[in-house]
Amino acid sequence: MSRENVLVTADWVEENLDNPNIVLIEVDEDSEAYDKGHIRGAIKLDWRADLQDGVRHDFISQDRLSALLSAKGVSNDQTVVFYGGNNNWFAAYAFWYLRYYGHTDLRLLDGGRKKWELESRELTADIPDRPATTYVAKPADESIRAYRDDVVAAIGVQNLIDVRSPDEFAGRLLAPAHLPQEAGQIGGHVPTAGNVPWSKAANDDGTFKSDEQLAALYDEVGFDENKDTIAYCRIGERSSHTWFVLSQILDRKNVKNYDGSWREYGALRAVPVALGDEPGEA
Amino acid sequence: MCGATRGGPSLDGIDITKQAVIQGIVLRDDEPVSNAYVRLLDRTGEFTAEVPTSATGQFRFFAAPGTWTLRTLAPSTDSVDKTVVADLGLVADVAVSV
Repeated sequence: MSRENVLVTADWVEENLDNPNIVLIEVDEDSEAYDKGHIRGAIKLDWRADLQDGVRHDFISQDRLSALLSAKGVSNDQTVVFYGGNNNWFAAYAFWYLRYYGHTDLRLLDGGRKKWELESRELTADIPDRPATTYVAKPADESIRAYRDDVVAAIGVQNLIDVRSPDEFAGRLLAPAHLPQEAGQIGGHVPTAGNVPWSKAANDDGTFKSDEQLAALYDEVGFDENKDTIAYCRIGERSSHTWFVLSQILDRKNVKNYDGSWREYGALRAVPVALGDEPGEA
Repeated sequence: MCGATRGGPSLDGIDITKQAVIQGIVLRDDEPVSNAYVRLLDRTGEFTAEVPTSATGQFRFFAAPGTWTLRTLAPSTDSVDKTVVADLGLVADVAVSV
């Protein structure tokens, strides 16, 4: 993989709006954003209502995803282009999620919804009419998903990348600051994790930085290419952005996203936790 | 639930005494700007959060006590930075002109 295979520009999307081999999908927690206006032809996936089990803290099953994407009119052989707000956090999460379930051709619109809006490109409220298909999700690829025990075992052993803001990493904030601060988990980070905020990988307009700039970010925290890597944040969507950078743009091997992230880890009993700006000891 | 609600989340049902709120409005020629993005940078200049402005040009953050920078991005203009101080139990109100 490299960025040419996984990123598309806004101009490219405009040129391909009527291309039947491409399906645009907007993914955002704020579903009103899509309802008020979206790129012409784009369908919506709700990361929570559509993609979460609804009972367990887990994804929907392979069969449920097959039924969902069939009903949405998505085909296995189509190129799926994700975009969304929050600098593509949830779009990157959906990219990772569909890769987990084996979709072959996935892309992100570089800059996402923000760049599209700041460039005053066309948005529409019209909902596209896509005939149902027969989509078949593949078995889950666990090689890109980390669980809590994987994270505990990785302390001092693997590359652990905490992609939250420095204040969340240190324990001064418990959630990103566009949300009320919660008390469900303690503050801090997984010991030995390097703090590389996801935002360092993006320009102000939401596009990804150059390969050289991106590689330098992880080198600064001692990223070891010979080790496996786990990225985490608070609920796994910002770390999908970093998983995308490491595995899809920089082609690093064996990178996992820990979707349980700090909301789960920070609520676990008797696991190591570090406070403050330094990674801490194993 | 990391999605940024347009304008920032409501204060309904939130115990303000435990929050350090930064909120405000983005204006151009005294008119609200509904298609701007406001980002919150920490004392070192690092990104902490971002919200799109609401239909009435408003935004809101829940920060920690301290000094923060608001960086506002709007179509067809350079970004605008403003410094703001937040503290628990207080609501810091900021007007940004672009």
